[in-house]
Amino acid sequence: MINATPALKAESRDLNFFYSNGNQALKSVNMPLYENKITALIGPSGCGKSTFLRCFNRMHDLYPGNKYEGKIVMHPDNTNILEAGVDPIEVRMRISMVFQKPNPFPKSIFENVAYGLRVRGEKNKRTVADKVEEALKGAALWNEVKDRQQDLAFNLSGGQQQRLCIARALATDPEIMLFDEPTSALDPIATANIEELMSELKSKLTILVVTHNMQQAARVSDYTAYMYLGEMMEYGDTDTIFTRPTRKETEDYITGKFG
Amino acid sequence: MTTETLKTKASVLENLVAVRAMIRRHKRNDVIFAAIGLIALMLGLLTLLTLFIDLVMDGYPRFNLEFFSNFPSRRAANAGLLSAWVGSLLVMAVTFLTAVPMGVAAGLYLEEYAPKNWFSDLIEINVSNLAGVPSIIYGLLALGLFVYGLGLGESILTAGLTLGLLTLPVVIVSTREAIRGIPVAIREAAYAVGATKWQVVKDHVVKYSQGGILTGVIIGMSRAIGETAPIITIGALTFIAFLPPAPITEVAPFINFEWLSSGFTVLPIQMFNWLSRPDHAFHTNAAATGAIIILLTLLMNGTAIYLRYQIRKNIKW
Ligand SMILES: Nc1ncnc2c1ncn2[C@@H]1O[C@H](COP(=O)(O)OP(=O)(O)O)[C@@H](O)[C@H]1O
Ligand SMILES: [Mg+2]
Repeated sequence: MINATPALKAESRDLNFFYSNGNQALKSVNMPLYENKITALIGPSGCGKSTFLRCFNRMHDLYPGNKYEGKIVMHPDNTNILEAGVDPIEVRMRISMVFQKPNPFPKSIFENVAYGLRVRGEKNKRTVADKVEEALKGAALWNEVKDRQQDLAFNLSGGQQQRLCIARALATDPEIMLFDEPTSALDPIATANIEELMSELKSKLTILVVTHNMQQAARVSDYTAYMYLGEMMEYGDTDTIFTRPTRKETEDYITGKFG
Repeated sequence: MTTETLKTKASVLENLVAVRAMIRRHKRNDVIFAAIGLIALMLGLLTLLTLFIDLVMDGYPRFNLEFFSNFPSRRAANAGLLSAWVGSLLVMAVTFLTAVPMGVAAGLYLEEYAPKNWFSDLIEINVSNLAGVPSIIYGLLALGLFVYGLGLGESILTAGLTLGLLTLPVVIVSTREAIRGIPVAIREAAYAVGATKWQVVKDHVVKYSQGGILTGVIIGMSRAIGETAPIITIGALTFIAFLPPAPITEVAPFINFEWLSSGFTVLPIQMFNWLSRPDHAFHTNAAATGAIIILLTLLMNGTAIYLRYQIRKNIKW
């Protein structure tokens, strides 16, 4: 990196996570998340990438018996978002998420994007319409859907649906956006579109993306973290991780010797 | 090995003959099973159809407007269904208004809010069992609770509440099943933008389970409309030559609740009454009523299927 280290947006500190069946899926994970950067999480299937990602928006709180230990501190306010006193809904209002398979609501295109605003009680029609338009533009979908915003979201192609989900996550101006393997259900062209979109989005927000696709991590991310069996094995800027990894395991995974 | 894997043409052909014989053998089972299934299906359908045709043929002379606009009478040819169908309609209205809100609320609570523990498991088992309790038991319960306990008398309200109780488990079970059909990914999507539980329930869960709930409601109601035993237990009258006070009046406040406490009869009881007369002319009336009840049930079930199709059309998962 030529310039000085960028500002810290969030960091996990000694994060342990236990599923309700007692399975410890994260073991003392430490990782920074730099502002307006893309951080990629890679590692073999089942190593805890999704588990880690879903700690950031307290998704695990939806299911009883799951337990966090340690902290995820958000900056600049220094809030530990895992603290019992912090409402998960507040966290989700600041950190939005895009899922592995496109999951639009069975509603119109417009209503899908507007939902986050409705949840926040936004009643002004003009404001809602403006924000929906802005989000659809931000998700590079506006030109394709501007004349059919009242159509059902299911009528869009898979790639368009995923961009719709990005627009939905974008409409409420989140500080951080989480992506869990956002292109694994898409064809190569749709994948390229999403990757390009992510690179554009980082001027507005901070991105954490899980991917099982090594080339994708190398293409889009500024920082890469390699996880294995619930532990953070190696973290660094993407160029270094992909060209001169310090650990043998990381190199083996990246070069396809296992995983 | 290499010599073994080189197959001669003869051995390939021989093998092919064997494979074809095997496929033929296996396919024979398909045909046999399809035949058995078809016979079973036909036995059920044909019995019902025969019954229906029989009723229609017996009741044929009564299919005219007077049959619907006349009160029961001592003369079979003049006796009509007016008090019975109006009674059925009013009772069903009470049933609908009690079973649907309570059943949907209970189903929503059990599925979305109740903590999952041994107690909720116990309730779950009980609710499913309630759906299978013989209807006369509901009649006895209603006699003790509504007629004597709460002093509601042998009224439309009592009958509606009784059939509401009977329909309640069906509504609860179908509500829960419809809710369970909503994919986790859709819920998580809603929570992920910051929705509260109540927002998820009202904006998504209720909306997407409407089709299933509605189907359950209609099927439950179509069962209730033909119920006789519990209605007899709570003391429905068998001969009624008056109508309950109208629910809507011409003077303010335009709504009248006196009909709730009125005596009543319903279609299956009217049918039962005519059937038990020694005079054969009344059996024609009974047959006509039976055909109408079957038709009504089919119509309601058909509506349920149609509505489910219409509502599910826009939802793909
Ligand atoms: N709901 C759950 N309950 C218990 N264990 C789980 C649950 N979900 C995932 N796991 C386990 O946690 C580990 C990490 O899973 P996950 O985070 O989904 O991996 P990844 O996203 O890296 O493929 C796996 O061993 C998985 O079996
Ligand atoms: Mg995963």
